Amino acid sequence: MAKYLLLKHYRGAPAAVNDVPMAQWTPEEVTAHVQYMQDFAARLEGTGEFVDGQALSPEGTFVRYDGEGRPPVTDGPFAETKDLIAGWMVIDVDTYERALELAGELSAAPGAGGKPIHEWLEVRPFLTAPPTITE
Amino acid sequence: MDEALLRTLTPTVISVLVRRGAGFAAAEDAVQDALVEAVRVWPDDPPQDPKGWLVTVAWRKFLDAARADTSRRDREARVEGEPVPGPGEAVDDTLQLYFLCAHPSLTPASAVALTLRAVGGLTTRQIAQAYLVPEATMAQRISRAKRTVSGVRFSRPGDVATVLRVLYLVFNEGYSGDVDLAGEAIRLTRQLAAEIDHEEVAGLLALMLLHHARRPARTGPDGRLVPLAEQDRCLWDTRLIAEGVEVLQAALARDRLGEFQAQAAVAALHADARTAEETDWVQIVEWYDELVRLTDSPVARLNRAVAVGEADGPRNGLAALKGLDPALPRHTAVTAYLHERAGDPVTAARLYAEAARSAPSLPERDHLTRQAARLNAQLRG
Repeated sequence: MAKYLLLKHYRGAPAAVNDVPMAQWTPEEVTAHVQYMQDFAARLEGTGEFVDGQALSPEGTFVRYDGEGRPPVTDGPFAETKDLIAGWMVIDVDTYERALELAGELSAAPGAGGKPIHEWLEVRPFLTAPPTITE
Repeated sequence: MDEALLRTLTPTVISVLVRRGAGFAAAEDAVQDALVEAVRVWPDDPPQDPKGWLVTVAWRKFLDAARADTSRRDREARVEGEPVPGPGEAVDDTLQLYFLCAHPSLTPASAVALTLRAVGGLTTRQIAQAYLVPEATMAQRISRAKRTVSGVRFSRPGDVATVLRVLYLVFNEGYSGDVDLAGEAIRLTRQLAAEIDHEEVAGLLALMLLHHARRPARTGPDGRLVPLAEQDRCLWDTRLIAEGVEVLQAALARDRLGEFQAQAAVAALHADARTAEETDWVQIVEWYDELVRLTDSPVARLNRAVAVGEADGPRNGLAALKGLDPALPRHTAVTAYLHERAGDPVTAARLYAEAARSAPSLPERDHLTRQAARLNAQLRG
C-alpha cells in the first residue's frame, strides 16, 4: 500500500474545462457537487482506501522566526499568491495507477450545467518509512 | 451493561478515592482502569452494588500503581500517614471535580478534555475521536492537564463561571463522532444543576435544551444547514422545549440576569413561534440589548443587528452594524442577508460569495455559496 496526497487548488493549477465560479451555478448544481464529494469520500472509506480529507480556508498568513526574544514576523495574506491549496485528501492505495484513477473520478465532480468540472488535481506520493530488507 | 450508569458514577468514585487520600491524578487514572475492567467484566458478571464494586476495584488499582512505582515510595508513605478527611465537607465532592477540571490555569482545550474524562467518564479514545486528534495526543493533553492542577487544593470552591464556559464549549464546539458531545454537555450541566443552585447554571441548561430541541430540524437529509426561518418546526422536540422554558422561567424569577439566561430567553422566544412570521422580534431585540449590556460582546451586537433588521426593517439592521469590525466571523453573511432583505440582490449576491470564501465550516460555506447561486440565478432571470 502507498499513500498519496490529492491536492485541490483554489489557484495555481491549470484552468478546469468547466471553469465557472461556484456562485454562478444554480443552487441545485451546488447541492449535486457537495453530494458527489461526500459520496466519493464515503465510497473510499468503504473500500478501505480513505485516510483523511480536509478543506482549507483560502486566507493564510506567512510566518517566520525573527530572532531570539522577538515575536515572529507575519506577512500576508497575499491576494496575488499564485498557488493556493483549497483542500486535500489522503488515500492509501495499492498502486500509483489506482491513485490516478481515483483523482480522475474526483475531478469529474459535477459543476455548472451539471457537467463534470474536469478540474486539475495534483497527486503526490508520500515519502515512506525505509524498508527493512535492503539487499 | 449499563454504560450510562458507569459514566454517572465516575466523579463519585474519583471523589471517594481522593477522600481516602489519593491524589487527584492517581485517583483519576485508577478509576479509568476500573472503568475499563468494568466494561470487560460486568456483561458476564454484573455486580450487586456497582458503586461499591467500582470503589473497591479502583482503590486496588490505585494501591497497585502506588506500590509498582517505587520512585513514589515517599509519597505512598505520606498517603498512608495522612488522616482521612471525614464526609460532610462544605462543598460536594462532585462539584469540586467540576471546579478542578475547569480550573483557570488550564487552557480551554485541556479543561474540556479533563472534564469529559474525569466528570463525564469518557475514555481517552472517545474524547480523541470526538475532537479528531490522535489518541496519543489526547492522552498527553489530559496528563499535562492533570499535572497542571495537581497542586490545586481539592476542597476549595471555584468560580462557577469557569465551569459554565467549559460546558458551553463542549456543547457548542466539537465534531460528531460516536459520542454525542451536545448530549454529553447537557448531561453534565443537568448533573451540575442538581449539585448547585445557581441561576446561570439553570440559564445554560435552558439554553442547551432549547437549542438541542431544534437539532432534528437544523440539518437536511444531505447534511446541509437549514436556517431557522426555513426549519420544519414540527421536527422541534416539544418535550425539550417545555423543559427548557420551565428551567429558564425558574431562573429568571430570581431576578439575577446573566448572559446564559439572556441567550436562553432569545432561544425560548424562537421556540415559542409556531411559524417564523410569528416570531416576536421586538422582544428578541430587547433581550439582545440586555446581552450587549451584560457582555459588550461584538457577537451579541451582530446578532442584535439581525434581530433589529427583522423588528425595525433591514435598513435599521444595517445601521446597527455600524462600528462593528467587518472581520468579525459571520459579519459579511449578516450584511449580505440584510442587503437581500433591503431589496439589493446584486450587493447581497456579491457579499454571500465573499462570505462563503471566509466561512469557518464546510456546511456554512456550502450554504452561503447556495445563497449566492440562488440570487445570481434570479438575477440572470
